Amino acid sequence: MQFIKDRFNYLFNSTKGLILVAIAMIGLVTAIWGMLSGPMAEMGVRDWIVRVMGMDLLQADREGRIVILYHAIAMAVVAIETYMINGLLKIKPFLKTAVNLLITVGYILTLVFGMGFAYFGHNWAFHGLYITGLSLMFFAGVLLCVALWPWSKAYHVTSPDYAHTPGGVDLERVAFFATAVTTVLSALFGAVPGSYFGNGFEVFLAENVIRLPEKSVMEYSVIGHLHIMLALIAIMLTLIIGRWLNFKGLWQKFAMPLMILGTIVLNLGVWGVVTPLEPIAHMIIYVGATPSMLAALFLLIWDWNKLIKDGTAHIAKPNFFHKLKALVQDPLKFGPTWQMLFMNFTTSGIGIFMAVKLDEIFRVWPAREERIELTGHWHALSAIIATIILMYYGDMLGLKGKIRQLYGWGIIILSDIALAGVTVFEMKRLFISEAEQQPLVNGLMYAMDFGLGMLLVLLAIVMVWRLADLFKPKGRWAEEATQELAEEVAK
Amino acid sequence: MKSKIQSLSLLTLMVFLISGCRAVDLHAPIPVIETGIDSNGWAKIPAGTFLSGQAAQVTSIEYDYEMMVTDVTTNQYTDYLNTSLASGSVKTGQFGGKKAITVFYPGDKFHGIKHEEKIDPGEWIIIPLEDPASHFTFDGKKFASLAGYGNHPMTNVTWFGAWAYCAAQNGRLPTELEWEKAARGSEDARPFPWGEDISRERANFYASRDPFEDMSTYGSRTSPVGFYNGQTYAGYPTLSNASPYGLYDMAGNVWQWTGNVYEGMHYRFMRGGSKDVYDMDLRVWVRNNATPTYFSPGVGFRCSR
Repeated sequence: MQFIKDRFNYLFNSTKGLILVAIAMIGLVTAIWGMLSGPMAEMGVRDWIVRVMGMDLLQADREGRIVILYHAIAMAVVAIETYMINGLLKIKPFLKTAVNLLITVGYILTLVFGMGFAYFGHNWAFHGLYITGLSLMFFAGVLLCVALWPWSKAYHVTSPDYAHTPGGVDLERVAFFATAVTTVLSALFGAVPGSYFGNGFEVFLAENVIRLPEKSVMEYSVIGHLHIMLALIAIMLTLIIGRWLNFKGLWQKFAMPLMILGTIVLNLGVWGVVTPLEPIAHMIIYVGATPSMLAALFLLIWDWNKLIKDGTAHIAKPNFFHKLKALVQDPLKFGPTWQMLFMNFTTSGIGIFMAVKLDEIFRVWPAREERIELTGHWHALSAIIATIILMYYGDMLGLKGKIRQLYGWGIIILSDIALAGVTVFEMKRLFISEAEQQPLVNGLMYAMDFGLGMLLVLLAIVMVWRLADLFKPKGRWAEEATQELAEEVAK
Repeated sequence: MKSKIQSLSLLTLMVFLISGCRAVDLHAPIPVIETGIDSNGWAKIPAGTFLSGQAAQVTSIEYDYEMMVTDVTTNQYTDYLNTSLASGSVKTGQFGGKKAITVFYPGDKFHGIKHEEKIDPGEWIIIPLEDPASHFTFDGKKFASLAGYGNHPMTNVTWFGAWAYCAAQNGRLPTELEWEKAARGSEDARPFPWGEDISRERANFYASRDPFEDMSTYGSRTSPVGFYNGQTYAGYPTLSNASPYGLYDMAGNVWQWTGNVYEGMHYRFMRGGSKDVYDMDLRVWVRNNATPTYFSPGVGFRCSR
């Protein structure tokens, strides 16, 4: 009994245990449900999975199933970010426990019963529990905002290394707070139309209505919701990575006000799509996105400078190759900001190019081609977010030596191969005709599937190792049960 | 060992790249198959209600109409081109700097909505003349179908080309609702013309392993109209994909242009999915759209009247 109690205590009452459970859940869902589409469907794997697992898939429910699948995965990611925030920042113990409890029950209910409802027959009790899970997540978000309240004197900073107001208010904490508050408010933009459309059991995917000149307020709300939630998850992760790496100094002092400003303006723009401001909402969004991306760039500059400086400290006059070696010698410290840079080639750059050339190029193509760009675009962003989380997790595990190198470079190289494949796939019509594309498509599919598949294998190896570790009396889990992320922040 | 792994990785990468750069033979031989389905046939769709869209809303069409049993074939379209070229109702010319056949279109009302583009009265492209993916030939005077493609759907035809053909047959392009009713029937909310489930023997879609495709080279190609009718062709068994009103290929093979011109948008809508998309896009309510000048080896049409 004590055996189970100790493991349960680790998995559900320690930051690292909670993160492990959530990563395992996401890995499982991704591995199984990833086999229902793309080349796996072509090869007949989808039919096999459906049969073996006893899934009940009605054609008319496909879009609804996908909406629930996205939410199931997204809620687990939000839970991971919340655990990280609770582990990295000063939070009152009661609030930390309450937030972790609510968000854990919330995402597990959402994931288990949401997927149960969507893929295994429509058991309406499951649907109720799915909604309960989402509601608990929302309440946990409200409580997190309370916990993050930055104007409490207990959280003031006086160190000149960190951005703060003359009165001592920690601007990094304000950025966390602003992101949390806007996330909770933006959730409403999904909840309200979700209730509205759900009431008539009519669902739609935003990419399928993108070209219609007239959209209802509820449709705009859904489109705004999905864009801003992903953006906010990315912004929050940037803040988390900054805290983990102990982002400080001049670059941090420039970055934090920009992060706060960007987050607020970005949200105002997205919320504006359901108001008469809709015609200029995109302009407001661009204005908001710019400072947020600049802040991320400042983190990257600071991080790379630090890695180079620390890595060449023993060399009197380091040359270019010394610096390059120092930059890339720890893939888990270099990787997160590299992925942020790489994102500009796979996501931001493509997005801006599409926006600029929309009518001239992309809207000349059929809507189904544009859909490929749209879905590829945010799948790539989601995948980048996942890889950054996995790199931080690798550091949390205390991976060292060759294992650290293999794990870190494995994530970077495999994901970047897949993401490069996705990017070329999205843009293929710019340089190849429909009639001639098949060999290229095959090659790109191999690249994407190889990259993502091997990444999942890598994750599976880690998960199996962690599972085996749980059976050891004094395994790594026993150490992690009492460790906290704040203690491991870089010096 | 390390260098061997590196060499192997490099070799694998090269194989991927080389396979991606391989040229595609667009005119590779294609099996010639007679399906026995009459491409000149029309099916009658009676007035009355049916369930439209994914949410299956009760919708009424208050008149009888007819729709072609199959997509317009390459033979039918080249016959039309030869007649029309002789009569002067279509012209050889240039469109967008490339050789094309054009037709006069009276234009659409412009509303100035965001992203809307003007469709003014004038000559508009119906087919390109130098696109290697076309399934017809033109010697400067006469059009003819490529060998084996005569009974395949006419592709590489723009919305204007579909509109002009139907008008010449004293018909018109079906509206989206007419198309959907013809595909789904009036009895239930089936997602496919034949029922709830889809299988490879039932329609031509991406990687459906029909006798016309080779996913390692040219990919999925069109199948003859009415190919999926329950017959077995040289060991390849098919199941009938006829809709409740007897129309073939209302799911898969080629996207089909429909006739609606909506206020505030120049896009024209297509239905039915094609050889190039996954099965989910073959559901009867799925919509696709493109500019009316768009043409593709995966887009065709049929007429109603």
